[in-house]
Amino acid sequence: MAVFIDKRLNAKNKSMVNRQRFVRRYKSQIKRSLAESINRRKVTDHQSDEDVSISKKDLTEPSFKQGEGGIKERIYPGNDQFSEGDKIPRPNAPKGKGTGESGASDTGEGEDDFIFSISADEYLHLLFDDLELPNLQFNQIDKLIDYKTVRSGFCNEGAIANIDIVKSLQGSIARRMAMTSDKRKQIKHCQQQFALLEQQGSQKTAEKTRLTEEITALKNKIAKVPFIDTFDLRYRNYDKQAIPSSKAVMFCLMDVSGSMVQATKDMAKRFYILLYLFLTRNYKTIDVVYIIHHTQATEVDEQDFFYSKETGGTIISSALKLLYEIIKKRYNSKDWNIYVAQASDGDNWQDDTPKCYQLLAEKILPIIRFYSYIEINNNESKSLWLEYQRLIDKYPNFTMRQITEVADIYPVFRDLFKKTASINAAWGQYGH
Amino acid sequence: MAIDFNFEKLPDCAEWTFDYLEKYKQQIKRVANFYQLDTYPNQIEMITSEQMMDAYASIGMPIGYNHWSFGKRFLQTQQNYMRGHMGLAYEIVINSNPCITYLMEENTLTMQALVMAHASYGHNSFFKGNYLFRTWTEADSIIDYLLFAKNYIHECEQIHGINEVEATLDACHALMSHGVDRYKRPQKMSLAKELEQQQERERYLQSQVDQLWQKLDSNNTERAKMRSNELIFPESPQENILYFIEKNAPLLAPWQREIVRIVRKTAQYFYPQKQTQVMNEGWACFWHYTIINHLFDEGLLTNKFMLEFLHHHSNVINQPAYNSPQYSGINPYALGFNMFSDIRRICEHPSEEDKEWFPELAGSNWLDAVTSAMQNYKDESFISQYLSPHLIREFKFFELCDDEDKSHIEVSAIHNEKGYQKIRSALAKQYDLSHIEANIQIINADIEGDRSLTLEYIPHNNVKLADNKDEVIKHLHYLWQFDVNLVTQDKEMRTKILSHCPQDPEH
Repeated sequence: MAVFIDKRLNAKNKSMVNRQRFVRRYKSQIKRSLAESINRRKVTDHQSDEDVSISKKDLTEPSFKQGEGGIKERIYPGNDQFSEGDKIPRPNAPKGKGTGESGASDTGEGEDDFIFSISADEYLHLLFDDLELPNLQFNQIDKLIDYKTVRSGFCNEGAIANIDIVKSLQGSIARRMAMTSDKRKQIKHCQQQFALLEQQGSQKTAEKTRLTEEITALKNKIAKVPFIDTFDLRYRNYDKQAIPSSKAVMFCLMDVSGSMVQATKDMAKRFYILLYLFLTRNYKTIDVVYIIHHTQATEVDEQDFFYSKETGGTIISSALKLLYEIIKKRYNSKDWNIYVAQASDGDNWQDDTPKCYQLLAEKILPIIRFYSYIEINNNESKSLWLEYQRLIDKYPNFTMRQITEVADIYPVFRDLFKKTASINAAWGQYGH
Repeated sequence: MAIDFNFEKLPDCAEWTFDYLEKYKQQIKRVANFYQLDTYPNQIEMITSEQMMDAYASIGMPIGYNHWSFGKRFLQTQQNYMRGHMGLAYEIVINSNPCITYLMEENTLTMQALVMAHASYGHNSFFKGNYLFRTWTEADSIIDYLLFAKNYIHECEQIHGINEVEATLDACHALMSHGVDRYKRPQKMSLAKELEQQQERERYLQSQVDQLWQKLDSNNTERAKMRSNELIFPESPQENILYFIEKNAPLLAPWQREIVRIVRKTAQYFYPQKQTQVMNEGWACFWHYTIINHLFDEGLLTNKFMLEFLHHHSNVINQPAYNSPQYSGINPYALGFNMFSDIRRICEHPSEEDKEWFPELAGSNWLDAVTSAMQNYKDESFISQYLSPHLIREFKFFELCDDEDKSHIEVSAIHNEKGYQKIRSALAKQYDLSHIEANIQIINADIEGDRSLTLEYIPHNNVKLADNKDEVIKHLHYLWQFDVNLVTQDKEMRTKILSHCPQDPEH
């Protein structure tokens, strides 16, 4: 007879599809809201939900309804003061008309925003949605593995050069000990007897001689045991071992000269976020270092990085110099996978450009994983671009792209990270 | 009628268990039987608050097709709930056979008992007994139909794409309140038959439309014009816009017609609920109150249980005054509960006034009286029949008349001898859907001419149509695909165009 059904463990999220439909329909409004939120978010923050607001006006579902005007008769409860025929001045406020309708009626809320929160996944999905990605997928340089040769014990065979002398000698000693212990015992025994005879002052010379001979014979036998045998030889053993690439550092370099407006910085930010997301899939720990520069370079925090009000001329090499110094000081390239993303509008002081080339080619590119330069402008390429182009052939871990609008970011990003085979090989080469 | 006196009290701890619930349910059922409540079999399901929000979002339907507006409703509910702006309903009950009641896990044992009496016996018996539900809803097949609708719309999405289906649904939803038959009686039909006929319908409707086209092709415009003067189509104004669209929209694809039908059917299913809110809630409150008190009188409930119960009960039926910050219109629970209780009072202890106003009620069997009221009325007629002067005084009802042409709002009636009748009929009107909803009818479809569709708005008390009419007309245009006009007649009986789609007519 009991008809209780426990459905608490049944599927939740029955509304999930409807929710997705909602997000789908209001994508453009939500994205507008997200575009603002990207300014609030940190590059490294990709795990928190995000509140999104949409104007309520946009959300109404229209239907035929009676509106204003005419004669309206309504009943209200709780009369405390009125008599029939009383006249009440009409309130001027357009909403909540009349004494009775103030308060929590549906007219009260007006055009507040409709605020709801979307999950981190949805956030990313939408954030990069206008970059036209079906799903965030970074398979290109996924699971990049480096090997290094490490000593791993000893073995009995190998090249002469790898003979470990100490280990081999230890073997030799052990062998000789083992092979001679019997005889040494006998010698000891003979010597003891010899000493005993001497003590007693015995005249048994024949006995003494026999003992002496025996000792000599035994000593000879011991001497015949080879000092070193091929059997003793130990060779150093080497093994290929995967390098645990669990640490990465991402350098964000940005030009903050006057020409870099907030919109440009926001575009750069999206690129940095993408790069960061990409790196988090491969590395356990990631450091992010922000470097801004005009004529001088400074290391700053994220807030200053994207919102610094500094301005001035441009000397890009200053940033590269600082980059190099920081790497030397804090990020040993053997332990750290170093990534650099530089964003700029391409303006640089003419004399400085060759310096940049030199710094990159000689110092930086040989020790880092990947360097991407994105130039955000829609003009013709400037001298920096041309200079940088010379790096491409020589250094496969260097790439550069031009971005003119938000929609370019993702394709460019994909493009940068798709060259699987050649980059892997190159990185093996340049990594160490 | 034998009451099984069981002096061992029912448990009154806060935590419920299925075991305890079963004990309560048995007692509640026994008392419900004692009062002859006729119900569908009950199926009581325990769900979490999250699941309750899901159920909320789909207007309390266990199965629903997918649409963004349900997602919006879900997000709204979720946000309000999480920010503490509202509590969730303690229960949701579905008009189906068996009658499904959702109980929320978070409720206390007392709440669960209240909810079972309220929903599983109160609402349930209302669904089974009230004439509107008997006429318009099919408790046996609704779940099947909803499942059919969900699957059908899902298939449409697969074939025609989400955008197309969404646009069609949007358009239908905009016209949903104008998609019901207010007066016609439906035929009963089983799901199997429904499915069988759906294919047939598609073919037939399409062929009808094709015929319209052929007729048009064979005529030149001149003759069409001439003939259009002779023939007015539809012959009489049509208030069920969705029905008209389903049968006559010239360019609608067969699958779109079926979607129109699904929305129309859903609207129809909810139509009785819209018309019986006060009665339905009132009936359920009346019964949870009566049943629980009955159990208390039998000595089965502890004082502790009773105190918590009364606390919840009085919250539910509280009616804030017009000038209270909590006021948000007339609370249907309060009005309905008090009206049913009042009927019982009039039957059992009639005053002189009651005898005058309700001669046939006074002194009669109260159970028969409330049952017959429940079965044969909807909110509007219920109020105009049963709202007593006693209750009008209790509620201190008064009437405001807001005439646009006058500078002041006038108090046109209060709770006195003179005002009773006026207040009663005004309040009844307030629940009359034909007064609340805009009166719009299709008056002409120029199927032999330019195929334009004309609707007329007939204002009530000179109330204007709300501003979003253009949006609705756009949706209608999406379905009809030729010009759509919305007209009305001004005071001099001249036809005036209120809205037109496409916005900028070329001719």
